[in-house]
Amino acid sequence: MSLVPVLKRPKGLTEVPFHYCPGCTHGIIHRLIGEVLEELDIIGTTIGVAPVGCSGFMLDMLSCDMVGGPHGRAQAIATGIKRARPDRLVFTYQGDGDIAAIGTAHAIHVAARGENITSIMVNNAVFGMTGGQMAPTSLVGQKTTTSPYGRDVALAGPPINLPKTLAALEGAVYVASGSVDSPKNILLTKKMLKKAFRIQQEGLGFAFVSILSTCPSNWGMSPVDCLKWLRENMLPVYPVGEIKVAEEVKDL
Amino acid sequence: MGKVEVDAERCKSCGLCIEVCPRQVLKIGDKTNRKGYCYVEVAKAEACIGCALCGVMCPDIALTIYKDSGSEAAR
Amino acid sequence: MKREMLKGNEAIGAAAIRSGCKLFFGYPITPSTEIIEYLAKHLPKAGGTVLQGEDEIASINMCYGAAATGARVMTASSSPGFSLKQEGISYLAAAELPVVVVNINRNGPGLGGLGPNQGDYFQCTKGGGHGDYRVIVLAPSRAQEMYDYTMSAFNLADRYRTPVVILADGMLGQTMEPVELRGQVTTLPEKNWAADGCLDREKRKIAMYNLTNEEGEATALRLQNKFSFIQDAEQRWENYCTEDAEYLLVGYGTCGRVAKSVVEEARRQGVKLGLIRPITLWPFPVKAFASLKQIKGILTVELNAGQMIEDVKLAVNCSVPVHLHNRLGGMLLSEQSILRKLAEVFHLEVTV
Repeated sequence: MSLVPVLKRPKGLTEVPFHYCPGCTHGIIHRLIGEVLEELDIIGTTIGVAPVGCSGFMLDMLSCDMVGGPHGRAQAIATGIKRARPDRLVFTYQGDGDIAAIGTAHAIHVAARGENITSIMVNNAVFGMTGGQMAPTSLVGQKTTTSPYGRDVALAGPPINLPKTLAALEGAVYVASGSVDSPKNILLTKKMLKKAFRIQQEGLGFAFVSILSTCPSNWGMSPVDCLKWLRENMLPVYPVGEIKVAEEVKDL
Repeated sequence: MGKVEVDAERCKSCGLCIEVCPRQVLKIGDKTNRKGYCYVEVAKAEACIGCALCGVMCPDIALTIYKDSGSEAAR
Repeated sequence: MKREMLKGNEAIGAAAIRSGCKLFFGYPITPSTEIIEYLAKHLPKAGGTVLQGEDEIASINMCYGAAATGARVMTASSSPGFSLKQEGISYLAAAELPVVVVNINRNGPGLGGLGPNQGDYFQCTKGGGHGDYRVIVLAPSRAQEMYDYTMSAFNLADRYRTPVVILADGMLGQTMEPVELRGQVTTLPEKNWAADGCLDREKRKIAMYNLTNEEGEATALRLQNKFSFIQDAEQRWENYCTEDAEYLLVGYGTCGRVAKSVVEEARRQGVKLGLIRPITLWPFPVKAFASLKQIKGILTVELNAGQMIEDVKLAVNCSVPVHLHNRLGGMLLSEQSILRKLAEVFHLEVTV
């Protein structure tokens, strides 16, 4: 019986161990990106842009060149990189606070311009790094350190569904909502990510993938319970699926 | 049929792999790694079918999964 | 030599193109807008790209990205827009990224007005964003210098891996003068730190943060060493009739230009007046004052409530009386008003 590895560390990731809290699913998303970079053989031609947040320290974890900048500005930075080097692939990786709060102006305009980059949003419904404050994606009634009695629609309004918002912009040719709460959804999310990078390779416009993720430390639950909470509470508000697939990217 | 290798130093004892394994192959061990996490151990090696669901769920890529090349690949 | 009638703003654009700058990210704001307009018309013909960002914050961060790949890149704005870019500039200084940032100073604070003003001196020279950092600041006083200093700015930015600010004002930006389009950069400096894709090399990253305070201090000291090296090596100024001067005017940009005719008029009336015109506002030209032994008094001429005067006092260690003559709100100051103030504060016999 000769054993063949079926799952191992992708070349798209370095050996640097992840600093994330136990059970935080940022790591799963990093693995998916690492696999996509390896499978498309684009490690040497890709430049990633990190946010400011828990994943702001991902710079050493991806094997491709990485750029870190101010909170919320990853997509503006990525625009500069892509305009300087249109021959390179550029992706952004941002938390929900980074992209849908402070970074909203760039999220809208990068999509509106049809910027040829791949943008990834990790949605865990809180500001993780700063200790679990309410984010634009926090659910109605969700308790956070800045909505201690639960998100109050009268005070802070309902959550933003950024994928739906961006889908309305012509420049966005591919908008998908994924989740890494289960093997099935992880597999689906990887397909979305790969398609988003393929779209950039073909220069067909702006591709956006939002991915539901957990935050055990700030949700105050065990990692396993977090997955259940995500399924019962977040999936109904942010259903998994391809929200927009423009004609020109259908068969990619 | 299949085999799981645990990188003790990367494991943070989060338990996601144990939850998803269809054959209860893994368990939280009682030995700790440098960071003080009780890393996961293979409890029933013979039950492992190499489906790799544990590796898919591991947020720290602490698991390397092998499968007997005789049977078709896991995914 | 090719000469063209250009507005100061357009001269900046022309210089950027001939400096090998291929990218401009900006946002319209009077009185700087001719820069993005000129480049929107001419940069694409030179194989470059002009992108109008959704706001100034987007623009400075687009520059951050482009600079991170090693490209020469510029942005331009005016006071309120320049304020929006301060966080970005602090990050550029920290990540040591070369970007040329133009500020066509207009009257502030708040929406202010469009008239020429120098109220952004502190913001530019003392660090407008957070943290311990400085940026090189160049102050042109006429269209030709708007051109020449822009070319220098790109070289300084690359040499020291730092943002460089061009600080002018609305009058300099809007005034049309003949400009010699001299110099043409053909080869750009090699940047073995750029994050332009790790094909055939080790992976690189561009960012500046510290996970431990020890790292923080080490990085800070390294940056401060750079700033002190620049402070010593890059002080630039113009001496005008200072050899035998007993009294000095100090003024940059528009004020430096007006001051020259005051020097000539004073000398016609027998007053030994000289001018020091700072070209670098940071590093402030302290050396310019070191050799002047026989100075009895200094009058700084500014279009603000008195900002550069502090640096002049520091430069002479208050060993000489330093007075201020200024106008505010976008008003310009006349030669006569400077001469009258000089006579008044130093009790000189001049007819104005």
